Amino acid sequence: MAARGRGAGVALGAVEATEAVSPPVATVHEPGEPTTPRVRSEFLYFALRNWKFVLGAAVVLSCLALALVGPLLTDHTPLEFTGPTDQPPSSEYWFGTTSFGQDVYAQFVYGLRAAFLVGALGGGIAWLLGAAIGFTAGYRGGWIDDVLNMLTNVVLVIPTLAILIIVAAYLEVQSYSTEAVIIGLTSWPWAARAVRSQTFSLKTREFVEVARLSGRNTRQIIATELAPNMSSYLLMMFILLFGGAILIGASLDFLGLGPSASISLGLMMNNAFLASALLLGSWWWFLPPGLGIVAIVGGLYVMNVGLDEVFNPKLREL
Amino acid sequence: MSLRVDDLTVYYRSLRGDVKAVDGASFAIGDGEIMGLAGESGCGKSSLGKSLIRMDARMRHVRGRVELDGRELPIDDDSQMNEFRFRDVSIVPQYSMSALTPTRRVGTIAEELLESRGVRFETVRPELVRRLQLVGLSQDVLARYPIELSGGMKQRTVMVLSTLLDPSLLIADEITSALDVSSQRAVGELLVEFRDRGFVKSMIVITHDLAILYQVADTILVMYAGKLAEKASAETVVHGPRHPYTQLLISSLPEVGVRFEETRLAGIPGKPPSLLSPPTGCRFRDRCPLAFAKCEEEPPFVEVGAGHQVACWKAAA
Amino acid sequence: MLRYLSRKVLIYLLTFWVAVTVDWAIPRFMPGDPIEGLLSRMHAQPSSEAALSGYYTNAFGFDVPLWKQYLNFWAALFHGDLGRSIQNFPTSVTELIMSALPYTLALLVPAILLSFWAGNKVGAMAARRKVLDNTVLPAGYVLTATPQMWLGIVLAWLFASTWAIFPVSGAYGLDVQPAWSLEFVLSFLYHWILPFSALFLVAFGGWAIGMRNLIIYELESDYSNYLAALGAPTKLVRKYAYRNALLPQVTGLALALGAVVAGAIVVEIVFSYPGLGTLTLSAIQNRDYFLIQGIFLFLITGVLIANFLIDIAYVVIDPRTRVGMQGGS
Repeated sequence: MAARGRGAGVALGAVEATEAVSPPVATVHEPGEPTTPRVRSEFLYFALRNWKFVLGAAVVLSCLALALVGPLLTDHTPLEFTGPTDQPPSSEYWFGTTSFGQDVYAQFVYGLRAAFLVGALGGGIAWLLGAAIGFTAGYRGGWIDDVLNMLTNVVLVIPTLAILIIVAAYLEVQSYSTEAVIIGLTSWPWAARAVRSQTFSLKTREFVEVARLSGRNTRQIIATELAPNMSSYLLMMFILLFGGAILIGASLDFLGLGPSASISLGLMMNNAFLASALLLGSWWWFLPPGLGIVAIVGGLYVMNVGLDEVFNPKLREL
Repeated sequence: MSLRVDDLTVYYRSLRGDVKAVDGASFAIGDGEIMGLAGESGCGKSSLGKSLIRMDARMRHVRGRVELDGRELPIDDDSQMNEFRFRDVSIVPQYSMSALTPTRRVGTIAEELLESRGVRFETVRPELVRRLQLVGLSQDVLARYPIELSGGMKQRTVMVLSTLLDPSLLIADEITSALDVSSQRAVGELLVEFRDRGFVKSMIVITHDLAILYQVADTILVMYAGKLAEKASAETVVHGPRHPYTQLLISSLPEVGVRFEETRLAGIPGKPPSLLSPPTGCRFRDRCPLAFAKCEEEPPFVEVGAGHQVACWKAAA
Repeated sequence: MLRYLSRKVLIYLLTFWVAVTVDWAIPRFMPGDPIEGLLSRMHAQPSSEAALSGYYTNAFGFDVPLWKQYLNFWAALFHGDLGRSIQNFPTSVTELIMSALPYTLALLVPAILLSFWAGNKVGAMAARRKVLDNTVLPAGYVLTATPQMWLGIVLAWLFASTWAIFPVSGAYGLDVQPAWSLEFVLSFLYHWILPFSALFLVAFGGWAIGMRNLIIYELESDYSNYLAALGAPTKLVRKYAYRNALLPQVTGLALALGAVVAGAIVVEIVFSYPGLGTLTLSAIQNRDYFLIQGIFLFLITGVLIANFLIDIAYVVIDPRTRVGMQGGS
């Protein structure tokens, strides 16, 4: 149930414990009124009024803004040896400098960019893979399900980091995109499992029967009947995978297995640690990268909780 | 009088306003009476039943009074109501199949529940076993987990458990809805037997299925759109209803042995009104073939014969 | 039950086979020549290069046909021979791992068990009181979003560097020898607190939040409603809800193992704790392929065994896995 033990247990645990999440339940309809526009606007209405969703989204969006705009505000690049070493924050170096005289602020904002890249790409790949495998296994059943299940279980049990250590040790990871792809290819199993169980409960419903009887093939049914009814669940899953990818990426970078030619938040922490920033007390070097991750991932998780409340009326407070 | 309900009004809170689920219900049930509570989905019968034992978080007791065996039931106060639950008022819920927690043996559930209500399990265990055997279950059931029992077995177990303390009033909420016809009959007979043996004094059987009520109930109360439409003996409701809605309901039932080649099965055209902002006057007005000018004024629920009440200007005339 | 467990064992065996094969295959199919990479990094003398190259070719087994390499790999595995470490030559990989393992286990096992127990308890309490909920929830989200190594760094910075309450590195003091003496045990615990806390706190957050959400769902379930309708006290209802909520949490524990192990590795590095984590880092830095492979296999095996233990625990607590339907009378 928990994605890599973290995050998913956080918000999806409860969802997975029940049946398929049903779309927002409106109370008594006025006769004759169309339902689709109402459902959409009801989502927005609740989403924007849910303080958890709004807070989480605000934090994540601010980090994104910082990642996009931040680098433009400085003319230092993250890796150049530009100034005096081990300086605390000042008006010239907003986040101070590293032991090598690099600008911590520059490193931080470029690191944020790498984090979003890894999260989006890594999370996205895991999401696509997980959804594809989960839907197929859940809908088709039979031997296809058995085979995919076996595959899922095998990849699931193997600790992601172990695989990544082995792969990255032999394969010099040159870019964050590569790292993201590798992460995506190893973190999909729990998503596949979750999608599969949701598909199981949905596929026995009448509208799926009708679609099948009217001649739609598997891919069409998945795309037009199953996926839209699980859209809330899929969205929440993506958010969790996004956050998870960032965390795994940070660990990889901390171990020195990520790209060395650029900068990421995990790598910052690695460098800081190796340069004994801890003992020197250069808090401006090692605190921001971790805080950045906590902000992004924490913001995502809180957003997710808000979404859970929006999609599941039972959790809403009146 | 076993149960007296006076002007009971319960609304559901929703973002768009109050849903007037039960509006001004007044009726009485005598000792040993099985009253069927019938009506279509959304008419308020389940809400009425629920409000007599445990209101859920969205329900709001607006006004009205409930009296059981001469004592007032504090239905809007959850903790005070606890005194009465299980002992005086009990329920066999719609979800009996999943009413028992999957991770405890049935016997343990019964024991922990009873002990928590201040009843020494040792003292009631023999009676529990006796009643289980009465409904066709061996005492092994107590040693089993719910997963090991079939749906029917679970339902019967819940029926026994819910009535173990001989409540004055039992609410049976749609307990036959998920069953096949022969199981329905069996369960119906069990209900009557429980009443005959004195396990339960009076009963409210909530269902949309009039056929079952005809077999089981002494009286039937028909609800429509949150309001009471008609109450009379089961015989009268089925063979001589006075409210147009009841009449249409009965006539829309297929009859065994009658073929419908020539005529179509007549339903009741239209839909029930929205309970968010129900129309003024009689709520059945829009669909009623007998509606006339006076129906713009709400008809009171009055007695038109012995033990026969109707809320309709035409019927009361 | 037997079917359920045997299915699981089958998957674990299959996984083990896949892991070993992947482990064996990667150096042989990755782009580039690992031996060349090794030699260039060693800056060996040209004269000794040939000899070294020959040695490594033999050690990797590149001098025999592929299928034979594969079988030899398995044979060695069953003898517990994971090869010899490159950087600590001629110490065997198995020996290195075995000396590091107890320290990792000393961190992992208490961290996993205590965080699970405490997190679930606190999560269940939070579902009860609004006040607790409002503090536990945000704290939990922040904790579970925290990278473990960063928390380790922060804890070390605050409690070891800035305020010298705890030591900043090592598993025991320099003046103490590993032995079953009170002196050692105390020194050990003293050094153990910070890395343990880093792992514990992050995991704790996740469990607390998960349990809180599950309890809320369980309180809406049919059995909860039934008990409440019959007047059962909230305590009883919550007890049943907790019991049922534990089931998915235990399943989640199996899934969480990977993350906790990863966390332990990085936290050990922060505290220079002599467990598998620091071993892994030096193996990576020195491109000690045999050590990396050995650690990988060890981790996999450990995780598989742990998964199996959890599966057994699950069978014990969920009656549905043990019995089927007996049918009507």
